[in-house]
Amino acid sequence: MKAFMFHLMPYASLDMVERDKHPSAWITLPNSLYDPKVGHELYNRYLDELEFAAEVGFDGVAVNEHHQNAYGLMPSPVVMASSLARRTENCKLAILGNAFALREHPLTLAEEHAMIDCITGGRLITGFVRGIGAEFYSLAANPTFSHERHMEAHDLVIRAWTETGPFAFEGKHYHFEYVNMWPRPYQEPHPPIWCPSLGSTETIEWAAHPERKYVYTQNYSPFSNVCKFLDQYRQVAASQYGYEASSDQIGWTAPVYIADTDEQAVEEATEHMEALFNKFLYLPFEQLFPPGYMSVESYKRVAAHKRNITGGAKMETLIENGVILVGSPETVRKKIIECHKVLGFGTFVALLHFGTLPADKTERNIRLFSEEVLPAIQPLGEKEYRGFEPTQVAAE
Amino acid sequence: MADCTESKIDIRGTEVHLRQGGSGEPMLFLHGASGVAGWIPTFQSLSESHDLMVPDHPTYGLSDEPEWLDNMDDLAMFYLDFLDHMDLDGVHLVGNSLGGWLAMEIAVRNCTRLKSLTLVGSAGIRIAGKPIADIFMMDPDDLVRAIFVDQSFADNILNMELTEEQVDIQIRNRVATARLGWQPRLFNPNLRKWLHRITLPTHVIWGDTDKIVDPVYADEFGKIIAGSKVTMIEEAGHLPHVEQSGPFVDAVSGFLQANAA
Repeated sequence: MKAFMFHLMPYASLDMVERDKHPSAWITLPNSLYDPKVGHELYNRYLDELEFAAEVGFDGVAVNEHHQNAYGLMPSPVVMASSLARRTENCKLAILGNAFALREHPLTLAEEHAMIDCITGGRLITGFVRGIGAEFYSLAANPTFSHERHMEAHDLVIRAWTETGPFAFEGKHYHFEYVNMWPRPYQEPHPPIWCPSLGSTETIEWAAHPERKYVYTQNYSPFSNVCKFLDQYRQVAASQYGYEASSDQIGWTAPVYIADTDEQAVEEATEHMEALFNKFLYLPFEQLFPPGYMSVESYKRVAAHKRNITGGAKMETLIENGVILVGSPETVRKKIIECHKVLGFGTFVALLHFGTLPADKTERNIRLFSEEVLPAIQPLGEKEYRGFEPTQVAAE
Repeated sequence: MADCTESKIDIRGTEVHLRQGGSGEPMLFLHGASGVAGWIPTFQSLSESHDLMVPDHPTYGLSDEPEWLDNMDDLAMFYLDFLDHMDLDGVHLVGNSLGGWLAMEIAVRNCTRLKSLTLVGSAGIRIAGKPIADIFMMDPDDLVRAIFVDQSFADNILNMELTEEQVDIQIRNRVATARLGWQPRLFNPNLRKWLHRITLPTHVIWGDTDKIVDPVYADEFGKIIAGSKVTMIEEAGHLPHVEQSGPFVDAVSGFLQANAA
């Protein structure tokens, strides 16, 4: 199994009293609440944390993209990956992901990814995401075209990376007379592509297609949903496409906190974890799901559970549902090994900083994970995967 | 006399749901973002002196969801096809909100089958510093409340038990409006340049307390569209034809009689 450390780079110094006067930490939260001097400290601290993870044995470090918000200060994950490119030597750099179709010119991102791939000698992983609902407000992109634009931007980028130029790209949303990418990416045929998701049958069917076999990672989900969707990937590969998916094609992303004992871990992490879910991540329904972002059927299903989606998350419930992993080294280690037996995911992405977690606790979290968990999970492979049985999960 | 008939009209392969009632000169009512809430009293009154047609725009209500519909240009061209297909002449075109924007897009392209234009709380242009309310960001219940001055109208809507089909239609209408008007928000930056193409008698009607499209837009349209008349309806929000049916119908009829020639 490959283990990654993921960072969201939140504005951890957010004034929560001011925050609570606004509907969310997104789109319209006034940027007067952002202090560039604090931002300077935070960016450098967060980059140090990722560099530390790279030094202590993680297979890769991961960054992502969000706009106009306090939840994640990386409108351009390319900037962070570029900074890490020359400060790390062997680990993968995963951009999880970039929303290519939010741009009028997805080729500029494709160029930047190719540059990072060349600079690092092929250590880049490219995540393809549509962007969450809030981005469509912040970047004034029409959510009703988001799916078809996402598909078209993907085709444009893959062709630009793999076909000999110049050629004309003649799409509905994108039209380029001269596609002729300098530089081409280092990796052949192109950097590995990951599809981080909150759970989507459409994304799974698309990612699992034999022409793509992209890595699907399930994020921020109760463990029952991690099971449902990761198993669905294997099922789709077998029944729809007639091949056996490898463990390398699926991954799980979760916030993790480790301290010496279970009690200490819970006590230390609660405030910061609840801040992640309730202060930073929380989005009102209209901001999370703008019209046309989902099909009518999905929209109705989600709307029916409107109040359960976000907000009011409690530490105990998050742990109980397996959305997060919190405890002693042994608890976390056992949990990942047990979950791997059931699902056989080839990648685990650990969010080792979350919400307002301070620097010292973050550093210890990274160190404990690397010393106490990594050695036990990195050797896990196909032979430890027992095959998915729904009854096993139901019993837990 | 009264009541409307409902039918499906096939326009070049796209089926449109059409409510039609009354007799007289043809009048085409173009609905706004939230679609058509049935044959309301205002439609009944207008149909006493007109052959009133109230279609669901493609993708809205009970009409087809055609693949070709990408933007307001497409919808305007479609309605020119509609007028040809129905072989209508001397049409009184009335548009509310998004439907007002649509009416202008039709009229700047071709006025030959039209006799008058009535804009009601219309979207379509932008006055710098006076954005139209963000109907996508607002909580849907808050939006309904913001649409009316008299909150009993909002209460009636919010207390309605919706059928599954009505819920589906609400969601589809919202998606359709986003498709046409998400970016830029419910206006066409080029429309203002061509409004001089509208040579019809034009009546701009606004609720004096419209919280969705500010009444300053009424004056702006009054200035841009040569010879147009502006009427403010008192104690009305964004849907004066719903909230103040009597004064609204009087205003429409009065204008059309004065311009009958």
